[in-house]
Amino acid sequence: MSFTLPRGQFAALVGPNGSGKSTLLRVLLGLLRPTAGTVRCFGMDPRRLVERGRVGYVPQRRVLAPDLPATVAEVVGTGRLARRRWWRGPQSEDRAAIAHAIEAVGLGAATRRPVRELSGGQQQRVLIARALASDPELLVLDEPVAGVDAESQQLFRDSLVHLVREHGAAILLVSHELGAVADDLDRVMVMKRTIVFDGPPDELVAGGVSLGVHRDDLPLWLEGIE
Amino acid sequence: MTEALLATLPLPWPFDREYMQLALGAAVVVGVCAPLIGVFLVQKKMALMGDGVGHLAFAGVAAGLLLEVAPLWSALVVAIIGALAIDWLQRRGRATGDLALALVFYGGIALGVVLVSRSGAGSLSVVEYLFGSILTVTPQDLGLIAGLGIAIVTMLALFGRPLFAAVLDEDAARVAGLPVDATSALLSVLTAVTVVAAMRVVGVLLVAALMVLPVASSRLLARSFRGTLVIAVLVGVLSAVVGLAGARAWGSAPGGTIVLAATACFGIVAVGTTTVGDAGRRRRTPPDMLIDVQNPGALPPHGQQTGRTEG
Repeated sequence: MSFTLPRGQFAALVGPNGSGKSTLLRVLLGLLRPTAGTVRCFGMDPRRLVERGRVGYVPQRRVLAPDLPATVAEVVGTGRLARRRWWRGPQSEDRAAIAHAIEAVGLGAATRRPVRELSGGQQQRVLIARALASDPELLVLDEPVAGVDAESQQLFRDSLVHLVREHGAAILLVSHELGAVADDLDRVMVMKRTIVFDGPPDELVAGGVSLGVHRDDLPLWLEGIE
Repeated sequence: MTEALLATLPLPWPFDREYMQLALGAAVVVGVCAPLIGVFLVQKKMALMGDGVGHLAFAGVAAGLLLEVAPLWSALVVAIIGALAIDWLQRRGRATGDLALALVFYGGIALGVVLVSRSGAGSLSVVEYLFGSILTVTPQDLGLIAGLGIAIVTMLALFGRPLFAAVLDEDAARVAGLPVDATSALLSVLTAVTVVAAMRVVGVLLVAALMVLPVASSRLLARSFRGTLVIAVLVGVLSAVVGLAGARAWGSAPGGTIVLAATACFGIVAVGTTTVGDAGRRRRTPPDMLIDVQNPGALPPHGQQTGRTEG
C-alpha cells in the first residue's frame, strides 16, 4: 500500500476488525518497526523523528487508569513534555498551551478535577487535549469516539475542525464510527489488509456506506467490491 | 559528623537516646523514599517489585558474607542487577508481569539460602537483614542510607515528569519522544536502591510494605498525582515515627511495628473515607431524588453491569 497525507488534510482510515488499521497506525507512529517497505513522517523514519511534538496521538480511551488520582491539568500536561526540556518545570508558555488545550475540548471548568471523576466521554476529551497541548502538525487518533456521548462528539468535532482550519494541521482518524466528524472529512481510506478505497467521502457514501456509523454496511460494501 | 549532630538533638522520649535518634533518622529517610518509588510502581501495576528485589538483596547479603565484603554494598550490586533483569525480562516479553517477579523472587531466596550455607556464617547472621535491625544503625549506616535517599529524591526530581507520563500511557509517552525505556530502567534501579536503604529499617521481607501501604492510603485521599506523592510521603514518615516509638514503648520488633503502623493508617483512612463519602452522598441527595424500587423485574439480571453514564 502507499499513501501520503499532506498538511491541512482531514482524513479517516476505516475498515473491519482485523483489517490492519491499528498495526498501520502503530507503524506510522514509530511504535512498531515495518517488516517491509518504508514509512516517512515529516520526511523521517518515525522512530527517529527528533521534533516529537509535531505528532499528537490520541489512543483508545481504555488506557486511562480508572483509579488514578491525577487531575485533568496533570494528564494534559504530560502532552506538553514533547515540546520542552522534560527535566525542567513548565514555563509560562507551557501553562498557556495546556490551558488552551483544555479549553478547546470544553473542560475549562474541570481543570483541577481528578480524571477518575469524569465520565467516559469527558475522559476521552482529556486525551484529545493532551494531544493538542503539544500544538501538533499531525494528529493521529485511534477509535476516539467509540461509545462517546453526543455532546462530547460535537466538542470533539469542533476541536478537530479548529485544528485543521486555524492551525493547518493534518489529521488521521482511525475509527469504526466517524460520528459527528463524518461531514468534515476531506478524504476517506478503506482498509482491508491493503487500501481498497482512497477518495472523497461522497464517493463512498454513493456506494451505500453511511459514514456516521458504518459498522454494518461497510463489510457488505467490501464484499461487493471483492 | 552524623553522630555529633544527633548527639546534640534534645528530642523527647522515646527518641531521647542516641540509638533511637539514629534509628529515627534512618526510618524517616526510608519513610520518604519508599512511598515515592511506590507511587510509580503501584501505578505501573508492579506493587510487588519491592518484594522481588528484596529477595535478590537477601542473596546479595549472603554473597557479601561468603566473599567477606560489606553485605550492604554486595546487596546493592545484586539488587540493581536483578531489578534491571526484571525490567529486561518484561520489556523483551520473555516473562511478562508477575511471572518475571516470581522468577527473581524464588531464584533470589534460593540463591541466598545456598550462599549462606556455603559461607558458614550461620542463619543468625542474616536475620537482621531479613527482619531489619534499625536499633543497631550506626552513624556510618545512617550516612549511607541518607546518601541513597538524597540520590533517590534527586533522580525523581529530574525524571519524575517523564516517568509519570510513561506510567500513565506508555505508547503516548513514546510517541512524544520521552525516554520510556530509560525511565523504566531507572525506576528499577531506584527500587533496588530503596530496598537496600530500607533493609536495615524493616528488613527485606517487609520492605515492599513501606512502598505499597502508604500509597494505598494516599490514593484514597488524594485528588491529584502531586497530592498522591505528598500524602504517601506523609503517611510513610508518620508510620515510621509512630512504629519506631511503639516498638520502644512495647518492646516489639521495630520493622514489624512500623509496617503495622502503616497498615493501621490504611485501615483508618479506608474506614474514614468510606464513612465520610457515605455521609456526603446522603447530604447531597435531596429527598425527592430517593428512589423506591417497587418492581424487581425492572432491575438488570444479577451481576450484569449497567454501564457508565456518558456526559
